[in-house]
Amino acid sequence: MTLLSLEGITRRFGSTPDLAARIAIRLGAAKPPPVVQALDGVSLDIAEGEVVGLVGESGCGKSTLGRIAAGILPASEGTIRWKGRDRATLQGRARRDAELAAQMIFQNPMAALNPRMNVEALVAEAPQIHGMISGGKGAYVDDYLRKAGFDPEMKRRYPHQFSGGQRARANIARALAVQPEFLVCDESVAALDVSIQAQILNLFMDLREQLGLTYLFVSHDLGVVEHISDRVAIMYLGRIVEEAPVAEVFARPNHPYTQQLLAEVPRIRPGKRRFSAVKGELPSPLNPPKGCHFHPRCAFATERCRIEVPKMRQIAPGHRSACHLNDVA
Amino acid sequence: MTALLDVRDLVTVFPSGGRDLRAVDEVSFSVNRGEVLGLVGESGSGKSVTGFSLMGLVDAPGRIASGQILFDGDDLAKASPEAMRSLRGRRIAMVFQDPMMTLNPVLRIGTQMTETLHAHERIGKPEARARARDALAQVGIPSPEERLDAYPHEFSGGMRQRVAIAIALLHRPDLIIADEPTTALDVTIQSQIISEFQALTERQGTAVIWITHDLAIVSGLADRIAVMYGGRIVETGPIAEVLTAPKHPYTRGLIRSVPSENSRGARLAQIPGVTPSLAHMPQGCAFRSRCQRADAACAQRPGAYGSDSCWHRCFHPHEEALT
Repeated sequence: MTLLSLEGITRRFGSTPDLAARIAIRLGAAKPPPVVQALDGVSLDIAEGEVVGLVGESGCGKSTLGRIAAGILPASEGTIRWKGRDRATLQGRARRDAELAAQMIFQNPMAALNPRMNVEALVAEAPQIHGMISGGKGAYVDDYLRKAGFDPEMKRRYPHQFSGGQRARANIARALAVQPEFLVCDESVAALDVSIQAQILNLFMDLREQLGLTYLFVSHDLGVVEHISDRVAIMYLGRIVEEAPVAEVFARPNHPYTQQLLAEVPRIRPGKRRFSAVKGELPSPLNPPKGCHFHPRCAFATERCRIEVPKMRQIAPGHRSACHLNDVA
Repeated sequence: MTALLDVRDLVTVFPSGGRDLRAVDEVSFSVNRGEVLGLVGESGSGKSVTGFSLMGLVDAPGRIASGQILFDGDDLAKASPEAMRSLRGRRIAMVFQDPMMTLNPVLRIGTQMTETLHAHERIGKPEARARARDALAQVGIPSPEERLDAYPHEFSGGMRQRVAIAIALLHRPDLIIADEPTTALDVTIQSQIISEFQALTERQGTAVIWITHDLAIVSGLADRIAVMYGGRIVETGPIAEVLTAPKHPYTRGLIRSVPSENSRGARLAQIPGVTPSLAHMPQGCAFRSRCQRADAACAQRPGAYGSDSCWHRCFHPHEEALT
């Protein structure tokens, strides 16, 4: 069953001009303020119990999409369906439940945890406000700290007294404490050392089994995404360019961008090799290229790619890609 | 052939609470001309402090307490500040993780590059500018002539790191110390930079110490590897030997905790616990508090076992290859 369905999500960032500026623009005395098109008609379905990896380079809009999915950022256009119902039309209790069911785990736990609250207070705060704790908060908090692999003995301490790995666990316990069904992990392991990263990735897998969680795993690290995801969506400059089950995408990448990106997955293979790379840099989202956003860096680009935006098309069961080259075959 | 750089029992300490904490603890390694050494470790392992010690850049109250840093025969640990100044940038250069911190934000790129040239050579302004322009072109910066007049903030992160590398290579140094130079960059940009760095250092015969936490990069870039834990080198050797048959339990744990194509859906091998802080480092083997093979013997400090070029510090090494 589809848990969360994002349909044609567009998100623009930019300042709204005030009255004087609007008049100036109307009279041609000023230029309209720049608008960043962070997301451009993105659609993504996430099934219950699934782990979807969202991959892309910095500035491609993956975090924005994650935030919209978690419900902490509104979309400029598009529909978000939670269990089949439009999230914008939900009212009262149903709305609250849908909002609580989607939680987010951020990259930097130090920024996400209030430095003046101890871990017990941090974990208890949200469930207390929402009336999820009956009786003493102690046992409730201990339970969730244990689930996240955090020693409840240390719950009276403050965030700065912990190591990065423990802070990550406290942050996970805090998200779990409101009993979510869906977690958006935005680069949640990016800042951790490899040995700690392995611990946290294992924790995510355990929690998925124990609590039946669904994940949207946002990351730039292809190795991590390959490890944890069932399905992968690859983003480039505000659009999803390819989407497929993880084994399929790593075995048969279709989109030229995916192919080049996957060639760069760092693997531990002894023996000197020549590093080579995609030419060029990510263009500015302020002024994206016309047509297919990837065409200036694409070795196969044709005239059509410069003009027409490629549509997402199914190329194999469960495998969708947005590239004009698929029309020729 | 004698090594270009021969570090022997280097100890760098930071005083804290009335005693000296050893951030670098009897570290020994050598680098030959034109060789790439990968210095690998997690945060707090002492890999960056080792790099700073070589450059004579350890900030007071930290200091090099003992040991030798033999660079082309001269001991840098005892060199005067003037001697270090004449060496730094000319014969040994460093590339840092964050180029925004190494580049002066209020000076044009060209000014910063020619400044480096004038510091060590008596050359005219037009010649310095020409050399700076060529250096930018070498690292793949388009229209280098115009870019000389740009400020650091006008470059993207990847381009800025290219500028930092161009500056480091200006004097054709014998040794470059690269401290996590690509960690902050996207994968495609990372590969671009490594490929250019690789081509340039090979052409100029520059030796490289590549400091990183990323085993995957080192595996494709380095000739030899040294793995650090708790301020010590726990294992070192030719890259293929160490990565296929790691002897030290820490090296093995580190390699196995990296997600790979074979680990999909399975649990990752994990090293229990966290790295102890310098103040609470266990006596004897620093890794024994997290090691499954540890026993009473590990309370003693392990020596270096193996050959001169490939050794490990463990009483209970793994003998079998990694599967």
